[in-house]
Amino acid sequence: MARYIGKRLIYMFITLALIATFTFFLMKILPGSPVASADKLSPEQRAVVEARYGLDKPLPVQYFDYMFGLAQGDLGISINQFKGANVTDVIQSRMGPSAQIGFQGMLLGTFLGVLLGMIAALRQNTWVDYSSTLVAIVGISIPSFVFASMLQYFFALKLEWFPVALWKDGFMSSVLPSIALAMFPLATAARFIRTEMIEVLGSDYITLARAKGASGSEIAFKHAFRNALIPLITVLGPMAVGILTGSLVVEQIFAIPGIGEQFVKSIMVNDFSIIMGTTIFFSVFLIVVILIVDILYGIIDPRIRLSGGKS
Amino acid sequence: MKNSKLFWLLSLVLVLSAFLAACGGGGDSSSETTTETEEGTSESGASGEPDAEQVLNLIESAEIPTMDSAIAEDAVAFNILNNVNEGLYRLNQENVAEPALAEGEPTISEDGLTYTFKLRDANWDNGEPVTAQDFVFAWQRAIDPATGSPYGPYMMGGTIKNAAKIAADEMEKEELGVKAVDEKTLEVTLERPTPYFLSLMSFGTFLPQNEKFVTEKGDDYASNSDNLLSNGPFKLTNWDGTGLTWSMEKNPEYWDAETVQLETINVDVVKEPATAVNLYNSGEKDRAGLSGEFALQYADNEEVVKELEPTVFYLKFNQERNGEKTPLANVNIRKAIAMAFNKQDLVDVVLANGSLPANYLVPTEFTFDENKADFREVNGDVLSFNAEEAKKLWAQGLEEEGVSEVTLELLGGDTETAKSMDEYLKSQLEENLEGLTVELKAVPFQVRLELDQNQDYEIQTAGWGPDYQDPMTFIDLFVTDSSQNRMSYSNAEYDALVESAKGDLAQDVAARWDAMAQAEKLLLEEAAIAPIYQRGLMSLQKPYVQGIVTHPFGGDYSYKWAYISGKQ
Repeated sequence: MARYIGKRLIYMFITLALIATFTFFLMKILPGSPVASADKLSPEQRAVVEARYGLDKPLPVQYFDYMFGLAQGDLGISINQFKGANVTDVIQSRMGPSAQIGFQGMLLGTFLGVLLGMIAALRQNTWVDYSSTLVAIVGISIPSFVFASMLQYFFALKLEWFPVALWKDGFMSSVLPSIALAMFPLATAARFIRTEMIEVLGSDYITLARAKGASGSEIAFKHAFRNALIPLITVLGPMAVGILTGSLVVEQIFAIPGIGEQFVKSIMVNDFSIIMGTTIFFSVFLIVVILIVDILYGIIDPRIRLSGGKS
Repeated sequence: MKNSKLFWLLSLVLVLSAFLAACGGGGDSSSETTTETEEGTSESGASGEPDAEQVLNLIESAEIPTMDSAIAEDAVAFNILNNVNEGLYRLNQENVAEPALAEGEPTISEDGLTYTFKLRDANWDNGEPVTAQDFVFAWQRAIDPATGSPYGPYMMGGTIKNAAKIAADEMEKEELGVKAVDEKTLEVTLERPTPYFLSLMSFGTFLPQNEKFVTEKGDDYASNSDNLLSNGPFKLTNWDGTGLTWSMEKNPEYWDAETVQLETINVDVVKEPATAVNLYNSGEKDRAGLSGEFALQYADNEEVVKELEPTVFYLKFNQERNGEKTPLANVNIRKAIAMAFNKQDLVDVVLANGSLPANYLVPTEFTFDENKADFREVNGDVLSFNAEEAKKLWAQGLEEEGVSEVTLELLGGDTETAKSMDEYLKSQLEENLEGLTVELKAVPFQVRLELDQNQDYEIQTAGWGPDYQDPMTFIDLFVTDSSQNRMSYSNAEYDALVESAKGDLAQDVAARWDAMAQAEKLLLEEAAIAPIYQRGLMSLQKPYVQGIVTHPFGGDYSYKWAYISGKQ
């Protein structure tokens, strides 16, 4: 196990280095200067500003400077979004709200999704099943920004149950954004659990349990559910990705001071160091989630061997 | 019944997604954000007695990138700086620069090159006095190449003595033409006489900074509201440096504090236009900008306030691409295109945001002579829409070129507004000018900038907002060696007119005004560019909000004179 994790960690760093390298050069190919008033300044005036942020150095030098800093945990300073601020400070100050709505959304979505999927499986091919499938399809296909706008319009502006936007009313501020983010995990979990449950319910040991005279709910929860849950862990990775991409727009719509909305802005204004820092931060998050999922998977289901036979 | 409800919901989803898709970009204005401004004071209805509670709730569209006046270059920062700090001059409610920290008018030397300001007794909000040395320190900091300020060299170069050389690292920053004669006397030496110099003194880059405080804070200076000093009507509070929220509170140390009525201004950054409108409708915010479809939707709402910005959009005609002459080198072809599209319909139907059709380069309601006459009154309209005339000129132009068909590329922005405008232009031009094919090319702002720099386009839609309150900020854009020219337009007479307005006529107000008007007329009669429209801005504003003043350059708004009246 330890060897497996060690190996995975090494791969993680290689992946990260590759991501950082690709992002770095892709961004340098992008046209345009991070100097906000570039359209007004003469080339000489622009050069002075760029020199202040080391953008006048040859590309390889910039690259190695950046990678060297990165290895020491230094993500550089923001060029125009928060002039002169440390990128690590920016990410830190924006992490809280994103983590909160992301976590709540994931929890809510998974819980409701599992519930929906189970009901659908137990009432297979009835109207209950069909409507839960409909919810899942709608959840997958309506973009989160549309869903978020509708939530805002009906539950905040019209019904006044929640604040319209802004991050000022503690938990209440996080409700609508969390629901908006929950749609994707909800739909994913519902579809997954339904399929798994149907499969498990048809297996021999369930027939045995029935033969023993176990009640319906006992079979569903004690025997079938636990086994159906295992494969759900595999989709935690993609779900985390969904939450992340969803947060870019959901945060903007609800005016939440999170990383997602700040990332969008940094791309619009060409702030290299913030784009790099946030991309790397997102990558680390996802890579860690995937690693955890793989480890969990091995622990929960011993049939899956992690490394070459020994464990 | 059920069906109709479902249908209604479905249409709502579709409409909403269209809104949101349209609002995605927003980069259209990024070209002008640095100087995005409005003109005139917001007109309000009956103004009664101020309420007991003086709190204004506002929305901003972007974060504060910096509060350091030496490196600020964007609309948000300049706006706040204008309200929490004060320089030698300040734009008043009529948008005329009047002495602020300067006590009365300065003494100006006969050659117009040396200005001596007496400073009034005023304090920073930590109780320390504002001195002449504070100005010297701040200006030297802004021009020092080590600071990497974009607006320092841009605003001072060619105006303040030695600024350009210091920015190019050819001189020490101490040689900048600004000197503290004593605590309360500031002497500024100019490179050349500058008639609009005093209004320039209200611009953010020329604000003072307290040397002791700035040096003490080092890298932390202006990184959050605790690391700031203010000497203006308000002070910034609750700003953590990267957040989406901050407040401005009345500054009791401000020398003119008795004029200021607002106690608190709460600002939140909302980037989504739909959310801004929802916050306004829910009563949480007192003012919200209306963009795109929202402008159309709320056009008849009685809470709409319209402002005319001094930002003009025009077509640039590139006469030489990749070293080869384009058909646009022909004056008749340029004129034909400039007159072949209906600008009134464009602003009424396509833009629908309070913009005006422009038959000029220098915007209307922007600059006035000493008799308060608008600069626009001199030249009036040039290159108005005239399809018949355009057709004639077009035929003549084609004949001169010896061709019967021309294909031209129209380079423009990739926002919804820009795209729909360019599509409209294409249809108008192709309809009115036989044998013309327009190929549209929509690119992001930064790409357009790069193509412009390389002069790699044929026709381009571009816009410009002023940096100081003088027609020259527009007029000198197209002299032969201007970095904004990039279209191979060159006219010795035009260059000479601009040069004399900047040089020998600088002290002769009337003759200078006249020279600039002549230059503008010449530029447009040759159709070097084709004006399209002057941008308008529509916002929703609660009727109880009074006295917000909007400015044509520098900080967009002043809240010094604003107050709340009649809010229950």
